Amino acid sequence: MSNLLQVQNLKKYFPIGAGIWGNPRQQVKAVDGVTFNVKEGETFGIVGESGCGKSTLGRVILHLLEPTSGKILFENKDISHLSKEGLRQLRRNMQIIFQDPYASLNSRMTVSYIIREPLVVHGIGTRKEQDERVMELLNVVGLNSSHARKYPHEFSGGQRQRIGIARALALNPKLVICDEPVSALDVSIQSQVLNLLQELQSQYKLTYIFISHDLSVVRYISDRVAVMYLGKIMELANKSDIYRQPLHPYTKALLSAIPIPKVKAKREKILLEGDIPNPASPPQGCRFSTRCPVVQKGCAEEEPEFKEVMNNHFAACHLIR
Amino acid sequence: MVKALLEVKNLRTEFHTEEGVFPALDDISFSLNAGETLGLVGESGCGKSVTALSIMRLLPYAGRITRGSIYFDGQNLLKKNEKEMRKIRGRRLSMIFQEPMTSLNPVYTIGDQVAEVIMIHRNTSKKEALAQAVKALEMVMIPMPESKIKEYPHQLSGGMRQRVMIAMALACNPEILIADEPTTALDVTIQAQIINLMLKLKEELGTAIILITHDLGVVAEMAQRVAVMYAGKIVEMADVQTIFEGALNPYTEGLLKSIPSIEQEGKKLHVIKGSVPHPLHMPQGCSFHPRCPYVIDKCREVPPGLINVSATHYVCCWNINREVKQ
Repeated sequence: MSNLLQVQNLKKYFPIGAGIWGNPRQQVKAVDGVTFNVKEGETFGIVGESGCGKSTLGRVILHLLEPTSGKILFENKDISHLSKEGLRQLRRNMQIIFQDPYASLNSRMTVSYIIREPLVVHGIGTRKEQDERVMELLNVVGLNSSHARKYPHEFSGGQRQRIGIARALALNPKLVICDEPVSALDVSIQSQVLNLLQELQSQYKLTYIFISHDLSVVRYISDRVAVMYLGKIMELANKSDIYRQPLHPYTKALLSAIPIPKVKAKREKILLEGDIPNPASPPQGCRFSTRCPVVQKGCAEEEPEFKEVMNNHFAACHLIR
Repeated sequence: MVKALLEVKNLRTEFHTEEGVFPALDDISFSLNAGETLGLVGESGCGKSVTALSIMRLLPYAGRITRGSIYFDGQNLLKKNEKEMRKIRGRRLSMIFQEPMTSLNPVYTIGDQVAEVIMIHRNTSKKEALAQAVKALEMVMIPMPESKIKEYPHQLSGGMRQRVMIAMALACNPEILIADEPTTALDVTIQAQIINLMLKLKEELGTAIILITHDLGVVAEMAQRVAVMYAGKIVEMADVQTIFEGALNPYTEGLLKSIPSIEQEGKKLHVIKGSVPHPLHMPQGCSFHPRCPYVIDKCREVPPGLINVSATHYVCCWNINREVKQ
């Protein structure tokens, strides 16, 4: 499979706190040197706790935020320095589904207009063709034509997320970035939306970047998974490798912390002490060294390299050889 | 049999809105023994938080308890006036809320807020109360409690704030702690810390806990008994093992199957079709019947009641002798 997307040493810094001449005194390194490839047709999961930079990463890939440095290649074309028009063209192929189905739909627009808007922006089809496409999309996501004239507030959370999905699919994109698409939904609705996303993927040969804090959901839907901590990828591997034999101490702790809905599933838990450090001043050396249960002397001094430690299994830790 | 510490009987709570009156809780009955943890699970809008607020008598203006009784240590809480309730709340019955960011007062220090509970209920001086507040913060394993009591909520992280909430709730050593989604707003690694802390404190203090959550994983780790709620009713109640391994109510069964798990890798996820009915347009008969895969004619007409299938297992369903669909 060829690479649809290549991300190379991508960084995104946000300035905070203006100094006396208006120069920022500090920078939050939300994404701090991230490298990975996404293959055509796969689901690439990104997990991490709040503040680890997973959502920022999604937005930088889409150029909703300008990257500070680094390269993004989409279909082997560098898209890091595109003009406005170039970006508009790009977004035909790259779409996003947002977390909050309550905030991401304009409450003054009808559903049919919300789904049609991408077609209007890109000047695709006549009015009649657009109408047909809207109806087709509504059917595809499990809604029907009677929903077209309604407004977002008339729908439940799960239905709204379906509208968001229909809008993302309107332009037949190749890559869809799903930013916590099921986090705001109840379990029974969550499974409906996850199934829908999978059906659509096989039907339209979509590639997903699936961002979530929920390790079980990511495990269910992804082919490969990257674990992020404070702006960096700590471990990246095939799903089965990362969940069956995690190598990085952070991944191990994260996996052991998920409460399993089963009795007698009592396992040894690795309890991490303390909180996630402030991303404006991440710890020296390895970022995880302040909470790492197996921290050693050199960890706080030298930053570990993110390297391939086993076949297609990448990790950043001094202790893994 | 041990006498229950808390006994809720046939509780009905209604909400009066502009659109009409609807029952948020309909005929809720359960009991809680001393030192036990009861998990109350269900999806949003099923009435689990309203149950907590009804017990605490903290319902918002639109909510009224119209039927039933809540016996706590032999006394009916519904017969108490506000002054009497205030003596019970915080001292014998405490509650922690989901959002540790909004349930602490931003303009008072942590020390002031924890000490307040102690001053009110124990009639101590401020100095004495602050000393006890330090102890309470120590108990929830907040590092450097002496300096933390001078800090304001915004200076603490989410996990630390939730610890402060727990310290406040347990400061007067209550008999019952109602925890409303105590870990939902927290990250997994922080959630694991808080669950660990609550289990440890429960062991030490012997507090009975009503744990409200939508996360079945958290329930499996903490609760001894579980009540599953749907659309304002308890649809199944049993010990935790029975719920996870021998659930009889179709809703419980569906809920458990919908969670992505290791066994389901590569397979399609189980789906409960449709969505929760609007409280003003509840279906006739069993409120779950439009979504139920095992529906029979009776379900559409007569609402089922909660019946015993064993001494500790209660189910609300007309079709419990069905064959389980794969």
